[in-house]
Amino acid sequence: MSAAHLSPASGVGVDRQRSRRRRSLRLTLEGWAFVGPATVLVLGLSIFPAIWSFFLSLQRWDGFSEPQNIGVGNYAYALKDADLAAAVTHTVLYTALFVPASILLGLLLAVALNRRIRFIGLYRTAIFVPFVASAAATGILTTYLFSPQFGLLNNILRRIGLPQQGWLEDPRQAMVVIAIMSLWGSAAFTTVIFLAALQDIPGELVEAARIDGATARQAFWHVTVPQLAPVAVFATIWQVIQALQLFDLVYTTTRGGPLNATQTVVYYLWNAAFRQTEFGYGSAVAWTLFLVTMLITVGVVLYSRRARIEAF
Amino acid sequence: MSSSALPSASAATAGRSRPRRRGLPFSPWHLLLAPVAVLFAIPFVQMFLAALTPAEDLNRIPTPFIPTRLTLDGFGQLFGTSPVLLWLGNTVLVSVTAIVSHLVLCSLAGYGFARLRFRGRTLGFFGIVATIMIPIQVLMIPTYVLFSQIGLIDSLGAAIVPWLASAFGIFLMRQFFLSLPPELEEAGLIDGATRRQVFFRIVLPLAKPALTTLAIFTLLGSWNDLVWPLIAINDDQAFTLQLGITSFQGTRRTQWALLMAANVVATLPLILFFLGAQKQFVQTMTFSGLKG
Repeated sequence: MSAAHLSPASGVGVDRQRSRRRRSLRLTLEGWAFVGPATVLVLGLSIFPAIWSFFLSLQRWDGFSEPQNIGVGNYAYALKDADLAAAVTHTVLYTALFVPASILLGLLLAVALNRRIRFIGLYRTAIFVPFVASAAATGILTTYLFSPQFGLLNNILRRIGLPQQGWLEDPRQAMVVIAIMSLWGSAAFTTVIFLAALQDIPGELVEAARIDGATARQAFWHVTVPQLAPVAVFATIWQVIQALQLFDLVYTTTRGGPLNATQTVVYYLWNAAFRQTEFGYGSAVAWTLFLVTMLITVGVVLYSRRARIEAF
Repeated sequence: MSSSALPSASAATAGRSRPRRRGLPFSPWHLLLAPVAVLFAIPFVQMFLAALTPAEDLNRIPTPFIPTRLTLDGFGQLFGTSPVLLWLGNTVLVSVTAIVSHLVLCSLAGYGFARLRFRGRTLGFFGIVATIMIPIQVLMIPTYVLFSQIGLIDSLGAAIVPWLASAFGIFLMRQFFLSLPPELEEAGLIDGATRRQVFFRIVLPLAKPALTTLAIFTLLGSWNDLVWPLIAINDDQAFTLQLGITSFQGTRRTQWALLMAANVVATLPLILFFLGAQKQFVQTMTFSGLKG
């Protein structure tokens, strides 16, 4: 409403309006006093660099000399880059190993831990504690446990007379070892969210099925499992995103070796950006990864909608 | 050991007092859970054991399963020949700053977005939510360039600043405040309290569960962070603990006792926190898939 609509005589209306405007200003200031510091920090350290990163991806720049604008040159190069293609293959291999295993293990452990049996607290603690292990600690532990000379695994193989393995030093095994240790550190996450979902299922649902004559197994597969589907979709998306971004554990175990067998997309990106100082190319790879991740996420969400699983 | 983390078995799936079949004197689930629990425990058990094992055992092939004697030599070498205490101090400083700042800034912002009506609120909150999707890989190069321009690179500040607040934290606190009944606050306002008083005296004391979750989230994330410190800090005086122990992999590759002692220093604090507050950690895990 503007002042023109009020008759000049109505001084009371002008006063009221002015006080309302002052009140609105006061509320705005108060609101921003609450949200301002965190909002400025979060947006300043994400939206602003993300946009900057996109412009960097259109340049050739080493961080020192004058940046050159090369349009989509970095993206065109990425499509032909054989090393990047190999890194994509390794990342897909890791994702294919890690994601289904983490979902199935999480489901199995959640069902098992959702029991009132002895030692259940102990079992839960043993399975959940590794969640606090950092990538650095997990990496050092991995190189120790899987060391061909001194490691526990080859030590056991040696005692029972089986052939020694190369583990992290064998290009065919290294990624499997990394996937196993990722599972060790993150099984807690999938287990916990499935466990929470199991405990949200109303008991009457299962009881009703049992009264209708279903066996415990039928009730599990036809009543409980469908109730877990939304959580499974969410966990799958989450774990895929994590898997596509694998870096830490590669850095702290193999540094991409042996023979580049564990060089993942993000490891390659990090190397390009911070070892070769190709800031433009690194940004282009990062943006491509981001867009692919978004597409996969949207794809899974749409697919689950069509399958009538309401994950989101 | 802390009590079990979640409410015990729900009626939905737990087999109720069904008669035990096949004559097992215990639940068949033990046959799955006991071996799995042992497997999950092995890496940490090996870590503690190796940290206390003398070098002559660790470098012998085959390595004995049980050390011939226990020793603190690994810790002695670690503290005597590396700045690990400085790194520990750095990490504590980073984590404490991150937690305090997160608790203050994210609860203020979460409350503002949940309860206050003001200009720019929708846009601001939409921006926050949009950033949750952006991965670190997209941000790290410009952030590195930005931090070098303002002289933060190679200082502890570079590790701290990205942890001062987070979109997840704001979102978590907003959702929590939305779940509170507004009547209490309205009563306070009618009685003449200001928003600030209402927030600090009425709302914040009710927010303990959400604040605990946020504190644990921030602790785990900032304590264990590797990729960002790796990019931003090359000066070993400003190393965080994670960065320091990773640097040993190049220089102390075969000093297993020292490496494992370093691992204990980096991990034990979080393990103890976990054992002391398992329920709260599990709660935090449910909210955030912090780790891949």
